[in-house]
Order: sequence, then C-alpha cells, then structure tokens
Amino acid sequence: MRKKWSGLALAFVALVFSAAAYAVPPTAEILSYACAGCHGTNGASAGPSMPSLAGQSKVFFIDAMKKFKSGERSGTVMTRLVKGYSDEQIVAMADFFAKQKPAAQTTAVDPALVAQGKVVYDNACKRCHLENGKEFEEDTPVVAGQWLKYLQIQMGEFRDGKRKISEKKAEKVKSLTAAEWEAAAHFYASQK
Amino acid sequence: MTMERRNFLKLLGAGAGVATLGLAGCATTNKAGARKVVVIGGGYGGTIAAKYLRMQDPSIEVTLIERNDHYVSCPFSNLYIGGLMPDLSSLTIKYDQLAANHGIKVVQAEVTGIDAKAHIVKTSAGDFPYEKCVVSPGIEFRTNEIKGYDDQIMPHAWKAGPQTVLLRKQLEAMKPGGTVVLSIPLAPYRCPPGPYERISMIAMYLKQNKPGSKIIVLDANPDIVSKKGLFLKGWKKHYQGIIDYRPAKKVTEVDNKNMTVLIEGIEEVKGDVINIIPPQKAGAIAHIAGLVGADGKWCPVRSFDFESRNHPDIHVIGDSSIAGAMPKSGYSANSEAKVCATNIVAMMNGRKMTEMSAINTCYSYLSAKEAVSVTGVYRVNASSQAIEAVPGSVGVSADLSETEAMYAESWIKNILVEMST
Repeated sequence: MRKKWSGLALAFVALVFSAAAYAVPPTAEILSYACAGCHGTNGASAGPSMPSLAGQSKVFFIDAMKKFKSGERSGTVMTRLVKGYSDEQIVAMADFFAKQKPAAQTTAVDPALVAQGKVVYDNACKRCHLENGKEFEEDTPVVAGQWLKYLQIQMGEFRDGKRKISEKKAEKVKSLTAAEWEAAAHFYASQK
Repeated sequence: MTMERRNFLKLLGAGAGVATLGLAGCATTNKAGARKVVVIGGGYGGTIAAKYLRMQDPSIEVTLIERNDHYVSCPFSNLYIGGLMPDLSSLTIKYDQLAANHGIKVVQAEVTGIDAKAHIVKTSAGDFPYEKCVVSPGIEFRTNEIKGYDDQIMPHAWKAGPQTVLLRKQLEAMKPGGTVVLSIPLAPYRCPPGPYERISMIAMYLKQNKPGSKIIVLDANPDIVSKKGLFLKGWKKHYQGIIDYRPAKKVTEVDNKNMTVLIEGIEEVKGDVINIIPPQKAGAIAHIAGLVGADGKWCPVRSFDFESRNHPDIHVIGDSSIAGAMPKSGYSANSEAKVCATNIVAMMNGRKMTEMSAINTCYSYLSAKEAVSVTGVYRVNASSQAIEAVPGSVGVSADLSETEAMYAESWIKNILVEMST
C-alpha cells in the first residue's frame, strides 16, 4: 500500500513537470507563424506597405533584425518586437522565411516610370541588387516584387536620411533625384 | 517489480508522446472521431486554427463550425463608426476560399453543446465526433450587470455587424450640439485600447459633422486602460473640448425611455446617443460546454497548447481563454490559434509539443491619418508555466504616427487575407 502511494506521488511529480519535459523549445515554424498576422501567411504579404519575407536573403534578414534591435534602423513595431527574440531565434526565423516561395504581389505600376527606373537601376543599383533585384548577395536584400508602397516608404527613408545607407550604396545613390528614386521603386515593384 | 510499478511505467511510456499523463489517462476511445478536429467559431482564432491544422497535417479532417456564413472584423470597425469607411464590406470575410484552399469542411450551424466525455460536438446540423476540439467563441455580454439594458436602444457595437451600423446611424441622426455617452466596462474585456480608439473616432466624427456636440466617457476603470499617454496627447491635439473623460464611473442601470444611464445606482447622465460597452465573459458555447473557470467568466487553459483545464481534448483560444499576459485581441487570437494547432498536430502524431511563442500587435487610430500601436512577444515562463511577455518586447509608439496608420492598413489587409484564404 505504501509503495502504491509513493508511486502516485511520483506520478504527480511527473505530471507537474511533464509539460516542460515533453515540450521542445519554440521551433522555427512556431516562431515564424506569429509574424504572419502582419507579413502574411509564410511571409507572403497581402498588405501594400508591409514587406514580403518569403524568399528573403537569410543574411539580410538577420542583419535587418540586428539593426532594428540596436536602433541603427528606425522602425515602428519592429524595433520593439525584435527585442522578444534571441539571436538564435532570429536565425531560425531567417532560415524559415528564406525557404518560402517568394510572393507574387499585384501592384499597379506606371509603365513609363518602370522604363525610367530600368535606367536608374542599370546606372546605380545593378552591381549589388543582382538580376533586376531578384537575387540577393550577402546583406543585399531581394527587392524585386515587393509592394510599391513599401518600396516608396523605404526609399523615402533612405532619401531623408531616416534609414542609414551603407557606404557602398551611398556612393551610388547620393546624386539620385526624388523622381529617380520613385522610378526605381516602380521598376522593382514591376518585377515578378 | 510490483504490479503497480510496472503499470506506472507503462503509463509513463504512454504519456511520453503526448503532453501529460493526465491526457493519456483520460483519452476516451471514440473511433468515429479518430483523426478529426472540430473547430468552433469562424473568427480571428477559429479560421486560423483550422487553416494551420490542415497546413501542417492534411491527413487530419478539419471541420469548422460557424453560425453565420460570413464574419465581420471588430478591429477597424471603429473607423467605420468615425466615417472613414463607407460600409463594412472591406472588413467582412467569407469562408469559401479558405475551405477550398485547405480542404476544410465548413458547416454553418449553431453549436448546442459539447459531450466532452463522448467527444461529440452537438449542433443544429447534427453531431460531429472529434479527437480534438478547438473552441474560439469570442465573447458574451454580462448584461445582467446593467439593469434594463437593451442593445437596440443603446448599442454595444462590440461585436461587429448590425450593431456597428446601428451606432453609426444613431450618430448620423443626432442633432448638432448633442451629447454622446460611451461607457467602458472594467477590464478584462475584448480589445483593451478599443474603447479609447472609439472615443477618438466618434470625437472626430462630431468635430467634422455635428458642431457643438460632445462625448461623455464613463469609464468603470480607475484610468485609461491602454496607451494612456498617446490617447491623451491625441485628444488634446485634435478634440479639445469635445471629450469629457470621467474615470471610475461604472454604469449599473439604464433608462431607455429617458435616455439616461445610472452610475452605481445614484449619479444620472443623459445622452442623445448612448454606446454601452457592457462587461464581458467567454462566448456562450464556453459556458454551455462547461469550459469556464471558478470566476464564472473566462476559460482556464494549459499555457502551451490552450487545452481546457476542465476537459481534456478541448482547447480554448482567443478572447474566451485566460492567456496570462496576452491581451484579448484579434492578433492574440491569431497567434494563439497557431500555437494550439501546431501542438494538436504534434500530439496527434505522437511528437513532442513545442513551447509557445506568440505575438500581439494592436493599432489604434487617433485621427483620419494617425495611428499608434502596442506590441508584445509572449512565451511560457519555465517555472510558473504561465504565459508572460518577453522583457523589452512590450511597448507603445513614441508618438502619433502617419506611418503607423499606413502599416495598420496593411495589417488589417494581411490578417483578413490570412483568415480567408
């Protein structure tokens, strides 16, 4: 009888601690699913001012999160939310989104501006934003196929100095006019 | 080895694949419900639970049961009340695409009960056996705490749809120089910053359309519940002299004929339009199914998979659940649904569960072009097992912001597309 009671006590202890013991730390999926409320299912954004994360460069994603965390990149909700994640968790999310199929958005673009934007791209952007912005290299993001509104907001921040421009980028883009930035945004948004 | 010990170890083994021994011990054999999950409620929580169950394991048969053939989002419905939207169509979703894209069986029916022991959901369209059940019923009102309350005369507009339209029509019909009275219940209630966004939107409407009008706010809480500094700043900037905010004023009775409300049975306040947001509790089905806790209001759940503390294999998500530090919001329900679905899939496949990680982001509009936000990342505390905010992740905007209003528009678009496709 006594043995039976000790067994029950043991069972109770196991019951109390089992939750932690049988659960693994948050996986890349469970961490990344939470982002979809703003960035769309699996990072394919349906909102014009919200970037798609699907198919984004892993290196760029990690770099962007680090900059939000340190305050180097200005933001709204991201500078706060990023503080909820460890460096390892950010890497796991970067990996998850890099593996997702890039989203196809449906922004209406101005064909004349797209043509002008192509010229801007060839002169100022091409060396880093490969393949019309479809390919990434190191910390250069995929920009092709992002929503026009999002591109306009970000380019506006570069132009106004709100978002810091890397040295190699600054050299190329410092002489661009507002009209040229706008044309480049239309060009990137037109890329599928 | 004694018999008891051997049995105990066997029991331990059986429990290893799932969460607790209790779960393995209580599971009822119900062959008809095997590999079936029934989701109740087609709002912010239910649609996402159904979708993420099927996304992660298409071998599970998922049935989504919802009373209506559509759902109107409460988030953003304040903008319609303020006159920033012509109608509620952009906030309304249907279920056909969600059903087709993910192979979810959508049934339009009224749930009449859950037989937790037999694992059967009872509805107006028949019985639905299940292995796991997800309940996401939103809120119900504790109207018994406001004597004489009639939502056709003093709308709550806290469930979007005809009530929202009624409140806007009443505002449109009000004479210039009129008085709007808005009452806020004691927290916790659905959407902590929601009432203060509504005050802002109504004040904006009055300023533009009904000169000389004002809004008297009777807040049962001792102070503004959420984003206080930002709301006060916005009200000062845009609605000086229009908003009369009165804290610690609990409405306990109404007089529909004389259009007055009574505070604690004594103080009388008269209005031309009266918007009563009544105190709240878990959705009706949670009460019928015995999922409500000792407080008689909300549903206690296990923090990492939202399984009911009252009945095994029934999970409660969204506004109805007691989710620790997470606020009762649309984003919370979305995030909780994913955690719940992921761990149900793990359990049904004999895999280890995953610790929860969830987000909340809530935007509130202060004017036609400015919004503010509150954020938080949530996890389970390893020692207490309660849901807590990750330090540093909780915070509000630095100021009123036009950029945040743009992001808010994209947020509503994304989250409604996520729910309906």
